[in-house]
Amino acid sequence: MNTLRKNYVRPLDFKHGRVDMSHGSGGRAMAQLIEELFATAFANEYLAQGNDGALLPPSAGRLVMATDAHVVSPLFFPGGDIGCLSIHGTINDVAVMGAQPLWIAASFILEEGFPLGELKRIVDSMAAAAREAGVPVVTGDTKVVEQGNADGVFITTTGVGVVSEGVLLSGDRARPGDAILVSGTLGDHGMAIMSKRENLSFDAPIVSDTAALHGLIAALLATGADLRVLRDPTRGGLATTLNEIARQSGVGMLLEESAIPVKPVVAAACEFLGLDPLYVANEGKLVVVCGAGDSERLLAAMRKHPLGRDAAMIGTVREDAHHFVQMKTSFGGRRIVDWLTGEQLPRIC
Amino acid sequence: MKYVDEFRDGDVAKGLAAAIAVEAKRARNYSFMEFCGGHTHAISRYGVSDLLPVNVRMIHGPGCPVCVLPIGRIDLAIRLALDHGVILTTYGDTLRVPASGGLSLLKAKARGGDIRMVYSTADALKIAREHPQREVVFLAIGFETTTPPTALAILQARQEGLKNFSVLCNHVLTPSAITHILESPEVRQYGTVPLDGFIGPAHVSTVIGSRPYEHFAEEYRKPVVIAGFEPLDVMQAIRMLVRQVNEGRAEVENEFSRAVTRDGNLKAQRLVSEVFELRRSFEWRGLGEVPYSALQIRPRFAEFDAERRYTLTYLPVPDNRACECGAILRGVKKPQDCKIFGTVCTPENPMGSCMVSSEGACAAHYTYGRYKDFVVKMPARREAAA
Repeated sequence: MNTLRKNYVRPLDFKHGRVDMSHGSGGRAMAQLIEELFATAFANEYLAQGNDGALLPPSAGRLVMATDAHVVSPLFFPGGDIGCLSIHGTINDVAVMGAQPLWIAASFILEEGFPLGELKRIVDSMAAAAREAGVPVVTGDTKVVEQGNADGVFITTTGVGVVSEGVLLSGDRARPGDAILVSGTLGDHGMAIMSKRENLSFDAPIVSDTAALHGLIAALLATGADLRVLRDPTRGGLATTLNEIARQSGVGMLLEESAIPVKPVVAAACEFLGLDPLYVANEGKLVVVCGAGDSERLLAAMRKHPLGRDAAMIGTVREDAHHFVQMKTSFGGRRIVDWLTGEQLPRIC
Repeated sequence: MKYVDEFRDGDVAKGLAAAIAVEAKRARNYSFMEFCGGHTHAISRYGVSDLLPVNVRMIHGPGCPVCVLPIGRIDLAIRLALDHGVILTTYGDTLRVPASGGLSLLKAKARGGDIRMVYSTADALKIAREHPQREVVFLAIGFETTTPPTALAILQARQEGLKNFSVLCNHVLTPSAITHILESPEVRQYGTVPLDGFIGPAHVSTVIGSRPYEHFAEEYRKPVVIAGFEPLDVMQAIRMLVRQVNEGRAEVENEFSRAVTRDGNLKAQRLVSEVFELRRSFEWRGLGEVPYSALQIRPRFAEFDAERRYTLTYLPVPDNRACECGAILRGVKKPQDCKIFGTVCTPENPMGSCMVSSEGACAAHYTYGRYKDFVVKMPARREAAA
C-alpha cells in the first residue's frame, strides 16, 4: 500500500542540505527555496502578492532610495551577521537622508554548496532585523553561482523611504561654525570583524555595533534643531566620512582628539594591529553636523536614546580652501586626518 | 589604554617642550636625524614638531624598510608570481611599492598573480603547509626587527621538511646605512646636511642592542639617543640630544631602557647568524649600492633561498627622474621640495617609495602635515593658544 500523502513534497533539509545549482534555476527547487525559506521568514502582505515586483501604496512626500551590497567576511561575527547587517546598512542609508524607511528589496547571490542551515540563520536574522525596524522586505531575487565564483552569500538590499516636508539633509550643507557630533564610540564593527578574522580574544569581547538608526534619527528630527548633515560612518570610518562632507560642502574641519569616543578595548585592538580607529568601520553610528547653537540640544536628545548614550561633540566646521580635516592631538600637536589610502580592511560590510 | 596613554600624555609633552625650549640655545640650530620610519610616523602623527622650538629641526632618515627597497627587487618578486606561478606572500606595505612597467605587487595580483598579504612569517608557513602542490615564496623585507622571524621560518620549514617554501631575502642592516649617511659628501664635505646627532631605532635596537652605535659616537663624534616609538620617547630623546650637543658630548644614551639593553636579544642574534650571512653589496633606493649592508641566506639553507631556487638575476632599475626619494632618504631634501610631491605622486598613486609606507617621509608629511605647506588664512596663532 502506498503510504505517501498526496501532494507531499519533501521539505528542504536545513540540517544537512546545501545550495545547488537548481536553487537558482527558476524551476521547482527554486520555488521551494523561496516558499520554505524566504517567504516564510519575511512574510508580509506585499511579498504575499507573489508577483515579480511588489505593488506598493502611494506615499506622501519625496522618496529616498538607497542600495547597498554586502560581502562581509566572516558571514557571522560577534554582535551580528551578514543578514541583519544587510537590513541595518540600507535602512541607515535611507534614514540619514532624513527619511522614514518604508520598504526593502533584497537580492541574494548564493555560492553552490553553501549549507542551507547557515542560509536559514542568515535569512532569519534578516527577517528579525526587518521586523524589529518595522521595515518589511517586499520583494527579492536569488541567483546561484558555481562553487568558487562567490564566497558563501552576497546580499544586496535596496531601501525606499519618504521624507517629510521641510527636512533637507545633504552633505553639501556644512557651514563654517557648525558643530560636529557623533552618536557613540567608533570602530566597534570593524574591530569585531578583525578580532574574529585574526582570532584575537580580549577580556571584554569586541561586539559589532550593527543597528538600525532610523529611530535615533527620528528623535533628532523631532527636536526641530538646525540639522545640516547626517551620515553613518561605515567603510573608511569617521575620517573618510568627514572628508567626504568637507569636500562636498567646500569647508574644513577641526577635531579635538580627546573628545572622540573610542572604547578602550577597541583602542587596544587597533594599537595591536596597527590600525587607526578613526578609519575603522561602524555600522550603527551617526555623524551629525548642525548649527552651533543646537549642539547641546541634539546631544541631549541622542543621549536619551539607547543608540546614542555615548554621544559627543568632537569638533567644528571651519573655513578652509583646501578642505582639510585637521585634528588637535591629545599630545598637543596638530595634524591632518586624511582620506583613507588604499584599503585598510577589505570586506568589512 | 594602560601602558600606552602614559607615553602620549599631552601635559607631560608640554613640560618637556618647555624644557627643550629653555635648554636649546637661541644662538644655534640643532639638526637631528631620526633614523627610523617609526619615529618619522610618530613625529608626524602626534604633531611632535609643533612642540619643538624653531631652531630644533628633525631630518627624516632612511629607516623605512619599504622605502629603501629598490624597484629591481620588487620586479624579482613580480616575476616569481607572474612567470613562475608561485604563491607570493609578503607584508602589507610592500604590495603598493611601484615597480617597473607601471606594475606593483597589487597590480600584478589584479593581473592574476597569486599574491597574498600576511601578518607574519608563520602565516606564510601555514599557506605552504595548506598548499603542498604549490610553491610558496615569502618576500622578506625589513631591518633587524623582521630578520629573526624570517630566520625562524626557514629553520622551522627545514625541521618540518617543507619542500615548497622559500624566501626572497631583502633584509638590510641599520648600522651600514648610518655609516653610509655619515660618509656621504653632503654630511662630510659640503655640510648640506647638518647633522648634530641621531635618534637611534627602537625596535631594531631591542634586537641588536645599543653597542653597535658606540662606533658612530666615537668615530664620527655624533651623539646617539636610542628612543621608543611613542611621542614622549621622541621628545625625551630630543632633550637628551640637545644636552649632549650643549655639553660637547658624543655618547650613546638609551632613552628606551624599558626594552633595549647594551647587548640586545642574543637568542635572536644567534638565530639570524645561523641562517644568514653578509651580502657583499646591496642596492638601496636612494643610497645606491652599499657594501655589506644586507643579508643573504647561507648556502646550507640554499633550498629555502628563492634567488637560488629560481636562479633569479637582479637587474637594477633607475627611479623616476623627477622623484626625489633618493635625496629625501639621505636627508638632503624635504618631501615638499620634490616637484611631484602631492601632485603626480600621492599615497593613492605613489611614484616614489617614500610615498608608499606610512613610515615614509613623504607619506607621513602628506597624510599628517601638508596643511603646513599652505599659508593659512585663519589667525593661526590665536587659535593655537586657545
